[in-house]
Amino acid sequence: MARNENKVKEPLFHIVKRSSVKWYQAWGVRIASIAAALIVCALVTMFLTGKDPLKVYETMINGAFGSEKRIWNLLQGIAMLLSVSLAVTPAFKMRFWNIGAEGQVLIGGLATAACMIYFGDKLPTWALIIVMLVASIAAGAIWAFIPAFFKANWNTNETLFTLMMNYVGIQLVSYFVTVWEVPKGSGQIGIINQSTRAGWLPTIGDYDYLLNIIVVLVMTIGMYIYLRYSKHGYEISVVGESENTARYVGINVKKVIIRTMLLSGAICGITGLLLVAGTNHTITTSTADGRGFTAIMVSWLAKFNPIMMILTSFLLVFMQKGANEISTVYRINQSFSDIITGIILFFIIGCEFFINYRIVFRHKNKEEK
Amino acid sequence: MSNSPAIELKGITKRFGTVIANKNVNLVVNKGEILAVLGENGSGKTTLMNMISGIYYPDEGQIFVDGKEVLIRSPKDAFKYKIGMIHQHFKLVDVFNATENIVLGIKDKKKYNLKEAEKEVAEITHKYGFEIDPKKKIYEMSVSEKQTVEIIKVLYRGAEILILDEPTAVLTPQETEKLFNVLRRMREDNKSIIIITHKLHEVLEISDRVTVLRKGEYIDTVNTKQTNESELTEMMVGKKVSLNIERTEPKNPEDRLRVNGLSCKSSDGRQVLDNVSFTARSGEILGIAGIAGSGQRELLEAIAGLQNISSGEILYNDPKKNETVNLRDKTPVQIRDLGVRLSFVPEDRLGMGLVGSMDITDNMMLRSYKKGHSFFVDRKKPKNLAEDIIKSLEVSTPGTSTPVRRLSGGNVQKVLVGREIALNPKLLMAAYPVRGLDINSSYLIYNLLNKQKENGVAVIFVGEDLDVLIELCDRIMVINSGRVTGIVDGRTAVKEEIGLLMTKNHETEDDANGKE
Repeated sequence: MARNENKVKEPLFHIVKRSSVKWYQAWGVRIASIAAALIVCALVTMFLTGKDPLKVYETMINGAFGSEKRIWNLLQGIAMLLSVSLAVTPAFKMRFWNIGAEGQVLIGGLATAACMIYFGDKLPTWALIIVMLVASIAAGAIWAFIPAFFKANWNTNETLFTLMMNYVGIQLVSYFVTVWEVPKGSGQIGIINQSTRAGWLPTIGDYDYLLNIIVVLVMTIGMYIYLRYSKHGYEISVVGESENTARYVGINVKKVIIRTMLLSGAICGITGLLLVAGTNHTITTSTADGRGFTAIMVSWLAKFNPIMMILTSFLLVFMQKGANEISTVYRINQSFSDIITGIILFFIIGCEFFINYRIVFRHKNKEEK
Repeated sequence: MSNSPAIELKGITKRFGTVIANKNVNLVVNKGEILAVLGENGSGKTTLMNMISGIYYPDEGQIFVDGKEVLIRSPKDAFKYKIGMIHQHFKLVDVFNATENIVLGIKDKKKYNLKEAEKEVAEITHKYGFEIDPKKKIYEMSVSEKQTVEIIKVLYRGAEILILDEPTAVLTPQETEKLFNVLRRMREDNKSIIIITHKLHEVLEISDRVTVLRKGEYIDTVNTKQTNESELTEMMVGKKVSLNIERTEPKNPEDRLRVNGLSCKSSDGRQVLDNVSFTARSGEILGIAGIAGSGQRELLEAIAGLQNISSGEILYNDPKKNETVNLRDKTPVQIRDLGVRLSFVPEDRLGMGLVGSMDITDNMMLRSYKKGHSFFVDRKKPKNLAEDIIKSLEVSTPGTSTPVRRLSGGNVQKVLVGREIALNPKLLMAAYPVRGLDINSSYLIYNLLNKQKENGVAVIFVGEDLDVLIELCDRIMVINSGRVTGIVDGRTAVKEEIGLLMTKNHETEDDANGKE
């Protein structure tokens, strides 16, 4: 106790909350954090692999933007990730932790594939696409409705419930893959209706992915308007912030939970449709490719703002593509690219702290006196 | 009272961003003294105390304990200097009992021994006259018992300087009296006590000296014996304030709401309202008095359509159509659709009445957003309303787009009451509308309620300060354990009479509970 009493030692620094942050300050911090992340990554790269970090970065950029095909791939990746992120966002805003987007996308895709296989030669293209659309939306919505219904009525834990529904979805897909497999015993479906192209979504010009990208862009704007300006969006915010307030003003909480999850599931269903009928023309258990989980990060990083989600999904897809490229070009273990991705994400998420707080060093104050 | 200072603050300044919470504050507490820190909401009382107890670190200034300069960087440091703070919001583990909570977090092994601890707790209890069962679990305790545990906790850690942040805000008059007796005993034991409050009569009753803060600035310190209520108010507010509530005679009162034999059970099957009957009349303020948790909240929520009712009826007399409707088993939306003009200021402002993270405009919209058939919300009218309320009720806020959570308690309440009054109610219910508010805001709320009354609104006011209830209300209904124990005339009622009704049948009630 006596130790500190005669010597008054002041802490080196302390942390102060910023009262208001101007947009350019916030972006300044973000850009600085990305720069810092790149420097740290460079050091780690040199230390672990001995490669020239600038070359490595060049390779990363090259991996994402290197050719027209790569750019289209990048855009397609962004669009698909963004689409799933749009789906989970209204649920998250309502504080309903829907981590079942993976399963909802798969089920939507499965419904699409089923329509393509069973009605491929029975319906004209336009009718088939309408049927596929309805089926995929319905399938995704049902997958989301089940946990929502139980949550609304018996307050079950939606996190566990939606997670479990993922496994059911994956198992269903793997069951149907064996039912539909072509040729028998191969364990995969292969390209559905390869000769007739029945049920394939039309392409715009020569651009295979353009339709997907446009659809997702429209959905992004729609979701932004829905959350921000519609009565539904307002109700979602109120329910998310305080259920008691919602009851007090007469919002039917059960109805809002179920309605919002139906929407969430429906968008997942559409994503399934875009993946199966628009790009892959087949279905496997990895069609959703973990996007149901990555979308959670996209949505949170963008603070549930659909427009900002374009940026965050770009960031994640870019890093994934770039990281893949370095591991192939330099023949470095895949884990290395995960390390790079981890470091960059750490800085990006960590910088939010410095947007809200700043560090004040002690001795500065003394000089002022 | 000895005159050696236990703790002294010199030139303390604390900024949050551009906001100055404390500016050059000086404060001295002697040993064996009770110092009241008085100030309006947002005057920086709690910030100042948080710096003494190690939660915040001052930007400038010095703190001396027993005459030596010290640095308090964390609550641990504060504990080292024998400083203990009892916060407004208790920090206890619900499933532990009193003793377990008291020893929690102590590193000293000897002190961690539960048996020994129990003995010492009993000693402390006896010494200062606490009433507590050391084996009782926190979740079974009343607010006042929880507070007692918090106080014993800091005493057990050997605190010589105790800071109490608005300790009486949650207590009944009887409990407050008990607390004050305990504090007096501590003073006799040469402890230093700082009590943060804005209730003037308490300051005058308990403290030896008063330090007044206004808008973060140190105003003055005076001896309690040499001051009075109006002088303190003037120091606190910065101008003269009249502390009278004008009570007018009700004009042509008509029955607006009749409640007959209303009974409710809580979700765990407890009887929270038992055969409650009363009438609320237009142009009249009906006060509801009772110990906290006697069914006040449930009664208002039942009327507003937020409680399951097991029996009885709630009859609303529509003055326009001259017809009576039963509100029982109706949802808030159905009640509104019936044309019932009911406004409700709930006890839990940010948890029920408002959405803390939303801005003022969006909070205005809560009541009106459904209007019209458009798929989209209309933010124009709510924004105008928000601007009107900010102007007419003098809400201090940077603008309409500030989240209400960022506003001080008084301003939050102005926003809520303003919105509810803007609905042009015929029946206005307000639960503890001045809880935690400073004098100015409190009187503003009383005046608003009075104005509603003059406009012919039936006002139901649930209050905790009996002096205010007697001054403001035309009739006062007293409830205890969900039962009405009496309705008295506000003009002739005396405090003791109401106090008696508040605890009427309490003993028999306790016996009945004991048998269960």
